Amino acid sequence: MSFLLEPLTYEFMQRGLLASVIVGVLCAVMGTYVVLRGMAFLGDAMAHAILPGVAIAYILKGDLLIGAGVAAVAVALTIGLFTRDGAVKEDTAIGILFAAALSLGVALISTMQTYAVDLSHILFGNVLGVSVSDLWLIGGLSFAILLTVAILYKPFLVISFDPVLAATLRLPSELLRNLMLVLLALTVVVSLQTVGVSLAAAMLVTPAATAYLLTRRLLPMMIVSAAIGALSSVMGLYISYYFNVVSGSAIVLTATLFFLFAFIWKRFKKQY
Amino acid sequence: MSHIPHRLEVQNISIGYGDKTILRDLSFQVPHGSRVAVVGPNGAGKSTLFKALVGLLPLQKGNIFIHGEALGLHKDCVAYVPQREEVDWRFPVTVSDVVMMGRFSQMGWFKQPKSYDKEMVHKSLTQMGIADLAGRSIGQLSGGQQQRAFLARAIAQEPHILLMDEPFTGVDVTTQEATLRLLDHLQEKQVTAIVSTHDLNLAGSRFDLVLLLNHRLIAFGTPKEVFTKENLAQAFGNSLLVMENGMMLVDECCPPDEEHYHHHTEAQ
Repeated sequence: MSFLLEPLTYEFMQRGLLASVIVGVLCAVMGTYVVLRGMAFLGDAMAHAILPGVAIAYILKGDLLIGAGVAAVAVALTIGLFTRDGAVKEDTAIGILFAAALSLGVALISTMQTYAVDLSHILFGNVLGVSVSDLWLIGGLSFAILLTVAILYKPFLVISFDPVLAATLRLPSELLRNLMLVLLALTVVVSLQTVGVSLAAAMLVTPAATAYLLTRRLLPMMIVSAAIGALSSVMGLYISYYFNVVSGSAIVLTATLFFLFAFIWKRFKKQY
Repeated sequence: MSHIPHRLEVQNISIGYGDKTILRDLSFQVPHGSRVAVVGPNGAGKSTLFKALVGLLPLQKGNIFIHGEALGLHKDCVAYVPQREEVDWRFPVTVSDVVMMGRFSQMGWFKQPKSYDKEMVHKSLTQMGIADLAGRSIGQLSGGQQQRAFLARAIAQEPHILLMDEPFTGVDVTTQEATLRLLDHLQEKQVTAIVSTHDLNLAGSRFDLVLLLNHRLIAFGTPKEVFTKENLAQAFGNSLLVMENGMMLVDECCPPDEEHYHHHTEAQ
């Protein structure tokens, strides 16, 4: 028991754990749409694209989340600009911006004196550095995003599964698609602190992909995905504490283990 | 009669993709509860007409009125079953989930299904003979079963007008029979059914009205009025064969899938 309780005697561990669980659940739920709508590449790109915003905020000693948010919106708008009238294909535009933003971010960070430590925090998260105000921001944004997903469950389901039905039922599909992108960008921003830029995409994809293997309907898939996200966060954080590894990596690797188990189980079930 | 608005009124419409017009200057009126067969050669614009009728394609000119009101004002009353569903077959939904989607608009997008909605879903599944498949994933069904699931969804919408694009093509006999029974049922319920088909004999025997198209309206009326030698020659040219016993055969072994090609480029 003390094995489980000991880390929680530190307040920063309590905050870190709470933040990880919130982000784990949020990413896992948004991740169901990322997996089902084939937006994994976009999620990954968005996560990397916010790096310059984070770097600038870091240099200016501003709030990282605000820097990330500004960068996410800027990138989303630029992708829209490049792809307008089909000038450049969307995945090409994403690819270009993804690489450019990542390079710009690393270039900015490399000018800092504490380069190595800072880069590692930004890329892989620093869950133990979550402040009380960070926690409020993470909690508030996550609640707002999850509430939106719950309210728009049926419209999101229809535009994802059957765009033709969405059109005949006169759903504002374009608006809903854009809203989903905004929610995805905000999710990436929120997950910055716990798993970092480079691992946010994994938290979006891995729990949801695992849940996809285990369930046959959307709502159960979301719930199972959320459970895997939360469990991976908790287990990852303990692993991080006891084995002294970067928390983001520990969380993502735990989630990956869940995926592998589910994959093997599914294969086994199919064969016998 | 004249003061009752027709269920569907099409006034001088032209439809196409971009600058290209596929259907030109189309005008016709479909009265209450009739069964209309839409026939014409491949690429004549049958699917294009259906897409315009549900608002998937903008009109280049003209007007469409439903119950005397412009298209779009009646949100719930038109259901559409495309030739090939462009859905994500790997999506985690069961057959009854898919049919329930037909109820979303009427139950309210932010509300839970009530017992009436569930009853409608069950009734629709039973009508199409797939009630036993309700819990299956949509991707596990055969092609014909999938089509019946989408027809069940269309019935669950409780539409006033039901559009079916080639429901008899490329499906098993069970599905064809279920679809024919559905047509009779729709007539009892005073639902207008507009169905495109390649089968001219079916169009002549099971429908009240026939709409003959080839990039324009060639004829519209009862099967007897429409299926004259002149009309058929205008629509099909030499590819039509009329047998001595009155059977009509269309020789189109390799259909150019032009309309669908355009739709794909449009969707991107």
